[in-house]
Amino acid sequence: MPPSQLEVVVTVTHDDVVRWIRAFADVIAKNKDSLTDLDSAIGDADHGINMNRGMTAVLAKLDGDGSADIGALLKTVGMTLVSSVGGAGGPLYGTLFLRLGAAAAGKEELTDQDWVAMVTAGVEGVQSRGKAEPNDKTMVDALIPARDALAAAVSAGEPFGDALRASAAAAEEGMKATIPLVARKGRASYLGERSAGHQDPGATSSWLLMRTAAETLGDHED
Amino acid sequence: MKKLINDPENVVREELSGIARAHGDLVEVHIDPHYIVRTDAPVQGKVALVSGGGSGHEPMHGGFVGMGMLDAACPGEVFTSPTPDQMEAATKAVDGGAGVVHIVKNYTGDVMNFEMAAELCRSEGTEVESVLVDDDVAVQDSLYTAGRRGVGATVLMEKIAGAAAEQRRPLKEVVDVCRKVNDNARSMGMALTSCTVPAAGKPTFELGEDEMEIGIGIHGEPGRERRKVAPVHDIVEMMATPIVDDLPFKSGDQVLAFVNGMGGTPLIELYIVFHELASLLDGRGIGIGRNLIGPYITSLEMQGCSITLLKLDDELTGLWDAPVKTPGLRWGV
Repeated sequence: MPPSQLEVVVTVTHDDVVRWIRAFADVIAKNKDSLTDLDSAIGDADHGINMNRGMTAVLAKLDGDGSADIGALLKTVGMTLVSSVGGAGGPLYGTLFLRLGAAAAGKEELTDQDWVAMVTAGVEGVQSRGKAEPNDKTMVDALIPARDALAAAVSAGEPFGDALRASAAAAEEGMKATIPLVARKGRASYLGERSAGHQDPGATSSWLLMRTAAETLGDHED
Repeated sequence: MKKLINDPENVVREELSGIARAHGDLVEVHIDPHYIVRTDAPVQGKVALVSGGGSGHEPMHGGFVGMGMLDAACPGEVFTSPTPDQMEAATKAVDGGAGVVHIVKNYTGDVMNFEMAAELCRSEGTEVESVLVDDDVAVQDSLYTAGRRGVGATVLMEKIAGAAAEQRRPLKEVVDVCRKVNDNARSMGMALTSCTVPAAGKPTFELGEDEMEIGIGIHGEPGRERRKVAPVHDIVEMMATPIVDDLPFKSGDQVLAFVNGMGGTPLIELYIVFHELASLLDGRGIGIGRNLIGPYITSLEMQGCSITLLKLDDELTGLWDAPVKTPGLRWGV
């Protein structure tokens, strides 16, 4: 039977998505200084500070959210990030969540296929906003392998939890692979060859996002 | 970190409050979203100029709001681009029906946030044109970088385009003046010390007592090359030669020479820089038609300077000399 006709179970609920967002806010707060340190090596020393400001604003919005629409929830996250993060991270993470939300519009629960479609749309949004290609030493270097590993695992019929873990592992590998790269986008590109030898902060926060998804969304599947 | 601040989280808000108290005759400060507009905005029938960027570069951009320069400025957090909702609100507040120009320094974050803001404004029927400033010769302009940064020419563009808008020139002409400034200006910066973003609490990069960084941007981002400190004569040559050769500026050209302090360098040193720059330009047969010396586009408390040269013609000279009345730049009124 082709994978698309496999019986699909609901894997993600609205509450799960809320838990994922809260966990991401938590992990950003814990990694605020280390993300900023990575950014000070090749950028302008604000990535952790900015992301933490944005996710703190998101948490405040979650408290007032009474709707069950996952699309609306993710759109709120995106708009909040756009209007509170600034820098490059604001438009990029904002667009990522806005696209996740658009792909989940009206849904109160998600299948693994839905998740693949959402992540695909989100990564496409980041690419069209930032115009980065793989190996430019950006978020995209973590997000594209994460998307590909996720899609491959889901279409191979693997349990959703495994697919999310594969996705997080691919993001981690992509993030580490940014270390030797010479940056071609963003402020790090001004350093030329001197940007090599440092891990990209955006790829790092993207890995944290994917890892948090595996930790909070993956435990529904048996 | 030793700074005159209360709480790193409140730096921008408290600064804006100070600006509002100090310059209420010229500008109005809006909080949440943060933007600064001239008190008579919107000026009907005039093209409006909006700029913005991270805070920490004062007086740019908020200090350049007023008659003959910007209609609005959007301050972000320190060294962080402002957000599209600020830019959208500022654009609407100053739109006098003749269109709005967004002056955007070529930094990835600024470009993306202004792009989203322009999309929002246009979707609601406001006519917006964006102009990019990318005058920094320290960055190789190629497919392999984010492109040259917008630095000193931003100040000159805001003044000159502001004068063009004040003459009630139409949107397209104001945009053309902006592009003419950008096409004819080149800059280079250097740092003797790093600077500390209040929220980070430690210097963005470390420079040894005997080291300097050539080719820095305005956000404390390291430049392309670290060298041993040298006499100012040699430093000016390291900065001015790539500027002159890039455009290139030729014998017989008249230029506006802008020696900018990065925040921590006193005027006495900036005048020595200007002295060296003037001698170097004399040697190449380039005349200094106008000059601007002082801290206008700063990088917090960084010690260092930048040099910008703008090739002048009668149009640009006339617009430069036109009256301006802002907190940071004022003449002819």
